Amino acid sequence: MIKLINISKTYLLGEDEVRAVDNASVNIKKGEYVAILGSSGSGKSTLMHIIGLLDRPTSGKVLINGKDISKITDDELSIIRNTYVGFVFQQFNLINKLTVLENVALPAIYFKDKLNFDPVKKAKELLKQFGMGERLNFYPNKISGGQQQRVAIARSLIMNPDLILADEPTGNLDSKTGNEILGILEDLNKKLKVTVVLVTHEKDVADRTDRKIYIKDGKIVNKYL
Amino acid sequence: MKQFRNLLKSSFDDFKRNKVRTFLTSLGIMVGVMSVVLLIALGLGLKNYIEEQFESLGANLLIIFPGSVFSEDSGAGGNFGAGFAGGASFDEKDVKTLRKVPDVSYVVPLFTKSLALSSGKEKKLGYVLGTTDEAFEVMNIEIEEGREFTKADVLGKTKKGVLGFSMAEKLFIDPTFAVGKTVKANDVRFNIIGVAKKKGDRQMDDGLFVPYSATFGSLNPDKTFFTIYIGASNEDTIATVKVSVKEALLKRYEEDDFSVTEQSQILSSVNQIFGIINSILVAIGSISLFVGGIGIMNIMYATVTERTKEIGIRRAIGATEKDILTQFLTESIVLSLLGGIAGLLISAVIVWIIRFFFPASLNLVAVLVALGVSSAIGIIFGVFPARRAAKLSPIDAIRYE
Ligand SMILES: Nc1ncnc2c1ncn2[C@@H]1O[C@H](COP(=O)(O)OP(=O)(O)OP(=O)(O)O)[C@@H](O)[C@H]1O
Ligand SMILES: [Mg+2]
Repeated sequence: MIKLINISKTYLLGEDEVRAVDNASVNIKKGEYVAILGSSGSGKSTLMHIIGLLDRPTSGKVLINGKDISKITDDELSIIRNTYVGFVFQQFNLINKLTVLENVALPAIYFKDKLNFDPVKKAKELLKQFGMGERLNFYPNKISGGQQQRVAIARSLIMNPDLILADEPTGNLDSKTGNEILGILEDLNKKLKVTVVLVTHEKDVADRTDRKIYIKDGKIVNKYL
Repeated sequence: MKQFRNLLKSSFDDFKRNKVRTFLTSLGIMVGVMSVVLLIALGLGLKNYIEEQFESLGANLLIIFPGSVFSEDSGAGGNFGAGFAGGASFDEKDVKTLRKVPDVSYVVPLFTKSLALSSGKEKKLGYVLGTTDEAFEVMNIEIEEGREFTKADVLGKTKKGVLGFSMAEKLFIDPTFAVGKTVKANDVRFNIIGVAKKKGDRQMDDGLFVPYSATFGSLNPDKTFFTIYIGASNEDTIATVKVSVKEALLKRYEEDDFSVTEQSQILSSVNQIFGIINSILVAIGSISLFVGGIGIMNIMYATVTERTKEIGIRRAIGATEKDILTQFLTESIVLSLLGGIAGLLISAVIVWIIRFFFPASLNLVAVLVALGVSSAIGIIFGVFPARRAAKLSPIDAIRYE
């Protein structure tokens, strides 16, 4: 469902050219639970941002369901991000001035057609499902990291995306809370058949997924280290 | 609609967190809108008032002033102040001469002096208005209580007076009590025989109308008049009467010593003066609106920088460039409108206070202008910061710390 072909992303730092992603090709199929595994600075996040259409590659092609998205407008990209992809970040990235409930329902206000569900009702259901039913009107800076990540996952699910992209979702959490979050992602994949891409530098986290993609110095490699 | 509610809520949430900043930013717009609204309120109010005053004097009226203030060639431009100061002082001889001019139906001299009027108990600053019995008709002065003085009183130099309504209130609390009492102007004591109805004219309402002949003495030692009102027999004779009046006065005075004006001319002079005052107020208003706009732009740029991360998050969950643009534009418009509404409210209070002294009124035009101008400022100065926010690359924005 998402295919990257010969993707490179280079940054210019003064005179130097940094190749964050170097000629990478990745194919993610519908319903997969995949890990992108690599050490710090290997280019995992950069790759994930390209998969999630947050960033455009310097060269190479991104195909979504066979469609080349390098030529489409920013508005169309926004619509895909809104309905097709859900992000879960290491830093949670919730909006602190909005309540937990408002954060989860927020993607719905950017949906341009008529919604076929009530976003607030659905946000409440999702939050309840993740054990956050008692914290609906809390602000993100008043709840724990593990709770914030549950809220972020609820937010990523509100628009019924086909793909969840999680960038080191357990990176800021202790191992017990991290395991709970991984459990939630696993459930999403297994029970709801959502495609999940999990970015991590920890081998045992990656081991919980069905398939591993290794990345080293921006290149896709066959074996870890 | 729901979208709009969200935008408004987001704006107000942000203002609530930055109350002081919001207040200071909208201050400039507030002052700008205030000056524009007050301009409209005062300008229109005053203009209507003056027009009404002159209209009540009747269309056949000519007014003679000392100096060349209102003469055709000088207009109201250069020598406004100088005009009144110099020039002729008219006297009874002029009145007699003017009465002989053909087609003149009446000649009413007016002597004006600002001084303290005293009832014995109370002493208030007011005016002695020395004139003839015809003044009541010419100036549309109606009697509330008692009666007017008569031609016989003018001829007989009797010390009788008609008090203006406000002065009667000030001196006797209940104006009707004034009749039969006496009022002292300097050392001259007048018997009050009547109280005039309220006119809305400060000089007349705070005045004491007396036979001009009764002022000759300590009040008016030179036996002069400040203005002379002349009635033409009808509208068609005004032009010829004006020429004859000028000729008659030129036998005694220089061209620049006096001016003979119709009320239409005075109105156009008044309009000219208002034109100048209006331009000044418009200039002040525009400058403060411009400065206020720059303030809004400045704050909006700061807000965009501060909220770069938020913008990135919103972009990641599906906000389009236009969504972000709309969000920040709404915020700057609301910010500017808050200033505008505050300016409008303060103006309303000021107008309410001014109305005790002066005819001013807030109308729908002023309200619409205030709201329109402040929204426009919000758009014009908000669009650049909002565009910057919209054009941020989603990934750079979300990484921003
Ligand atoms: N905006 C940028 N400008 C310049 N260089 C960048 C930028 N973003 C990333 N890089 C560089 O690209 C490389 C890959 O970065 P990336 O964030 O993708 O790594 P990562 O695998 O996610 O690392 P981590 O595990 O620490 O999150 C790094 O060397 C980084 O310095
Ligand atoms: Mg990373």
